[in-house]
Amino acid sequence: MKPFQYLRPKSVAEAISMAADYPEAQYIAGGTNLVDLMKRGIASPSKLIDINHLPLKKIEHRYDRLRIGALALNSDVAKHKSVVSRQPLLAQALLAGASGQLRNMATVGGNLLQRTRCSYFYDLALPCNKRKPGAGCGAEAGINRTHAIFFAGNGFGGNEKSACIAVHPSDMCVALTALDTEVVINGTGGERRVLLKDFHRLSTLQPELDTNLQPGELVTAIEVTDNAFAQHSHYLKVRDRASYAFALVSVAAALQMDGGRIWDARMALGGVAHKPWRYWAIDLMLRGQAPSEKLFREVAEHEMQSAKATEQNAFKIKLTSNAIVAALKAATGIS
Amino acid sequence: MNRQSLENPSDTSLSRVDGAAKVTGTAIYSAEYAVPGIVHAVLVTSTIAKGSITAIESHEAETVPGVLAVISHLNAITVPGWPPKKQPAERVPPGTAFRVFYDSLIYFDGQPVAMIVAGTHEQAAHAASLVRVTYRQEAHQTHFEKNMGKSGIPLNAQRAQNSPFQDYERGDASALHNADVRIDAEYTIPTQHHQPLEPHAIIAVWEGDDKLTVYDKNQGVKSAQGQLAQAFKLPRENVEVVSKYIGGAFGSGIRVWPHTLAAVIAAKQLKRPVKLVLGREQMFTSVGYRPYTKQKISIGAVKDGRLAGIVHEGTGQTSMYEEHLERTVFASRALYACPHVATRYRLLPLDVNTPTWMRGPGDATGMFALESAMDELAYALKTDPLEFRLKNYAESDPERNLPWSAKSLRECYELGAEKIGWKNRLPEPRSVKRNGMLLGYGMASSLYGFHRHPSRARAVMQADGSVIVQSATMDIGPGTGTAMTRIAAKVLGMNAQKVRFDLGHSALPDAPGQNGSSTIPSVGSAVHVVCEALKSKLIALAGEMSDRFKATGQVVAKNGQLFSPAEDKDGLSYADILKYHHLNELEVMEESKSGAERDQYSMYSFGCHFVEVEVNPLTGEVRVTRVVTCADVGAIINYKTARSQSIGGIVGGIGMALMEHSAMDHRFGRYVTTDFASYHIPVHADVPPIEVYYIDKPDVQANPIGSKGLGEIAIVGVAGAIANAVFHATGKRLRELPITPDKLI
Ligand SMILES: Cc1cc2nc3c(=O)[nH]c(=O)nc-3n(C[C@H](O)[C@H](O)[C@H](O)COP(=O)(O)OP(=O)(O)OC[C@H]3O[C@@H](n4cnc5c(N)ncnc54)[C@H](O)[C@@H]3O)c2cc1C
Ligand code: SF4
Repeated sequence: MKPFQYLRPKSVAEAISMAADYPEAQYIAGGTNLVDLMKRGIASPSKLIDINHLPLKKIEHRYDRLRIGALALNSDVAKHKSVVSRQPLLAQALLAGASGQLRNMATVGGNLLQRTRCSYFYDLALPCNKRKPGAGCGAEAGINRTHAIFFAGNGFGGNEKSACIAVHPSDMCVALTALDTEVVINGTGGERRVLLKDFHRLSTLQPELDTNLQPGELVTAIEVTDNAFAQHSHYLKVRDRASYAFALVSVAAALQMDGGRIWDARMALGGVAHKPWRYWAIDLMLRGQAPSEKLFREVAEHEMQSAKATEQNAFKIKLTSNAIVAALKAATGIS
Repeated sequence: MNRQSLENPSDTSLSRVDGAAKVTGTAIYSAEYAVPGIVHAVLVTSTIAKGSITAIESHEAETVPGVLAVISHLNAITVPGWPPKKQPAERVPPGTAFRVFYDSLIYFDGQPVAMIVAGTHEQAAHAASLVRVTYRQEAHQTHFEKNMGKSGIPLNAQRAQNSPFQDYERGDASALHNADVRIDAEYTIPTQHHQPLEPHAIIAVWEGDDKLTVYDKNQGVKSAQGQLAQAFKLPRENVEVVSKYIGGAFGSGIRVWPHTLAAVIAAKQLKRPVKLVLGREQMFTSVGYRPYTKQKISIGAVKDGRLAGIVHEGTGQTSMYEEHLERTVFASRALYACPHVATRYRLLPLDVNTPTWMRGPGDATGMFALESAMDELAYALKTDPLEFRLKNYAESDPERNLPWSAKSLRECYELGAEKIGWKNRLPEPRSVKRNGMLLGYGMASSLYGFHRHPSRARAVMQADGSVIVQSATMDIGPGTGTAMTRIAAKVLGMNAQKVRFDLGHSALPDAPGQNGSSTIPSVGSAVHVVCEALKSKLIALAGEMSDRFKATGQVVAKNGQLFSPAEDKDGLSYADILKYHHLNELEVMEESKSGAERDQYSMYSFGCHFVEVEVNPLTGEVRVTRVVTCADVGAIINYKTARSQSIGGIVGGIGMALMEHSAMDHRFGRYVTTDFASYHIPVHADVPPIEVYYIDKPDVQANPIGSKGLGEIAIVGVAGAIANAVFHATGKRLRELPITPDKLI
């Protein structure tokens, strides 16, 4: 690990001005991702700005929305009363991620900004466009069993030198994407808000960028507006072992039902794209319908028409389709 | 409910003697010894699989504060036990151990090419990241399937007349043509790594030029001592190896690896104690692995269910410089009463590092294939898989034509079948669902050869009547010290609290390394024998004190005293015996080894596993929901630690069957799954209730304690049982491990 200087700002304003002063600095929250990246030489900030002491831990429900501070711990969010009762999908997704110990350290902001788990990204000896733009994508013709099937790789406006088929690894962000979350960001220019769907980026052209956060900007909170999905939401995570594994694919399904019919629907998919993948058409396809396995299968296959596999991840197309069906069955309670 | 008491209500086991030290952190592991003046080393490893080093640019690394040296083939001291270097460097012929920092040649990706030594680990690690190595790259071959054509008969089989790795045939394997039902199938096991949680680590300390001490993670202090003495041309006794606590090894510590020698070289060169701890990613290319293996089985039976023939071929990968041999095809020769059997074993050298034994070496691999094939054949015959095995039960060893020393596999099958409820299983695959999940049951047999090596032990009775027993054996996790304490306490009729057992130090009496499930059979016997000898001495000394002890046959030891006759209420304590004779201590040393019985009997441990799985029909996720394992390993020395050993084997088997897979990108000849996020081993949530049963009948032919090995059979067969259960649940026969969701949707 490269030696670095450790800074501890006393306020959000100070943190932001430190980040503005030192372009090579990086914020550190729980450190569960950043420290690993530093150990492997993937990140080598000359200064670490420790934000853990900033007052950004609060989780509160006010008026029509749930506001969660960027430093709230994943474990605290998952068990918070308002989260469990109003946004159970988020609690489920958080609990499906990592392990108890990690969730006790990991923060909401860090979770949003965690980097891909693509093995090539983690190994300095292998080519990776995300780590070193222009070096080529090791995964595209390599070990890519866990990689993206939506909007991935060559042929999506990119080229060899800019291809990246990595997936965003977060569970939390998949649920939040389905729930139309807003991200609150502070920078030298003051506060701005971005919908989570616009926060993460596709890999096209600039795979080195995971998000649209500008250099030095600090995430201070996320906000989820109230909805009527609590009764019929389900987070399904398919993985290679029972716990403590990143998703092969995951599905966040949030439905509103009445009188045996679906009246509103949101869905996001994880493990399939460079960002949490919102299934936009689902509301249209399900609205007014009675749940059935046949319907869910149609809905699932519809979205998979635009999926495109690489050599080792072709199974993900069928798996995602099946997972969508399973998640919708669980959310609607049909067997 | 306490599952343990359910399985064995009369359990009086000893808890781990080192348990408290381990859970409170007072147990000192190799990397934790506080040695004054210690410095820290970090390896730089190759990023190509074949070629040679053309330059090592280390100027920047050398300027990092604290850096003491950059060691590589350019400046490393000569290791006296190695042949002089050739100019220009020449590739070694097969059969030569890899020599670290010897010359510029690269044999595998991840090969140590340089080492930074610095005042702190952080300084060394940072400097290591600044070293730039350039190579002249040559085309490498790491892809097993693409190079299958280059496999050949092992040199071992070509050179040694009685090599068990030669082609084997009994009867006439072409008899398979007469089979009514026949299966021909191929099985693939990918490279799998031991990955114990404690990474391999060493502290090397030289005193002057000719005395070396290493605190090293390994599985055999005596063999490490021998290998180091040979490399540095030292008398054995000048090399001290300390390996008291090991955080898991599973075979990765069977030999002295290049990184160990690298640390010893650096310590000598710098005249400072050097510590080296491998990084997790380095563990993938430094300490061996279970080799990628391809197997073909042709197996047939006649209508009534008797086997007509088995042909079992196995090809395993090895490195270009060494042969690694395994018992892959051996089980097919001995497990079933089949008159016509042929086996062939081949090796495929690739540009990779050498594999090594990993728990259940060869047998775990081979039995996955054999027991899968047996299951498939049973379905083809429309017979119950268990009944099919019973029909072909070998009453004597069909390979060596010898009686078994003892075999209660039939009892294992019966007990296991009863406990899992085998008879309630509906034979039809994919016919039962539970909570929406496909439910399946599968079983497999297990066997592992008996290994007993000459072993010595010393027992020293102390003036206070406590005893110290010593042997240079190891504890890589099974609880060796606990089992030995139990043996000693039992023979001497003492409270286990008064027994101390020392292990893991090369100065102790000779013992084999901990591998091949040989520790209890070998060292357990030596401990038994030496304690018997000590007891005899004590009885003789007691006889000089009182006539009633002269009738040695009626003397009984209990509660640290001798009684004669047994029902006498006044005993003579060991402390009093020593006191009377003015002895500060009483020492006995004994050796124990096999004799002619090995030629008269065939000896194996046997067992079987019954597995219940649930498979998600939509996502293909497999969860093992219940395991019943039953073993016949002779007498059980200490039930509690034995049970843990069995559970550990099952958990390893779950990993082998469902998740472990070291994926290599063959364009680079480099592993890409080099952390625990991508190399999956079972976590708690993957481990179901595991019920463990033992037949617990002493094998009186095997050794004085009647005990055979347990470590390996705990895992051998598990992958087959799981694959068979997955077939029963889903109707899909998977012959390539690991069984991941992609293969089941
Ligand atoms: C073994 C392992 C398994 C895991 N499994 C899962 C899993 O199954 N599912 C899952 O979803 N996740 C998983 N994770 C990832 C885990 O959720 C993330 O590591 C964690 O959420 C990161 O949070 P942190 O606070 O530790 O971030 P840090 O490591 O401190 O920071 C991560 C990044 O975010 C930036 N950052 C942090 N906070 C802010 C902020 N407020 N504003 C701007 N930038 C910020 C940092 O500069 C850094 O670049 C796993 C991690 C590990 C190590
Ligand atoms: S998929 Fe993306 S992260 Fe992975 S190697 Fe390619 S460019 Fe790098």
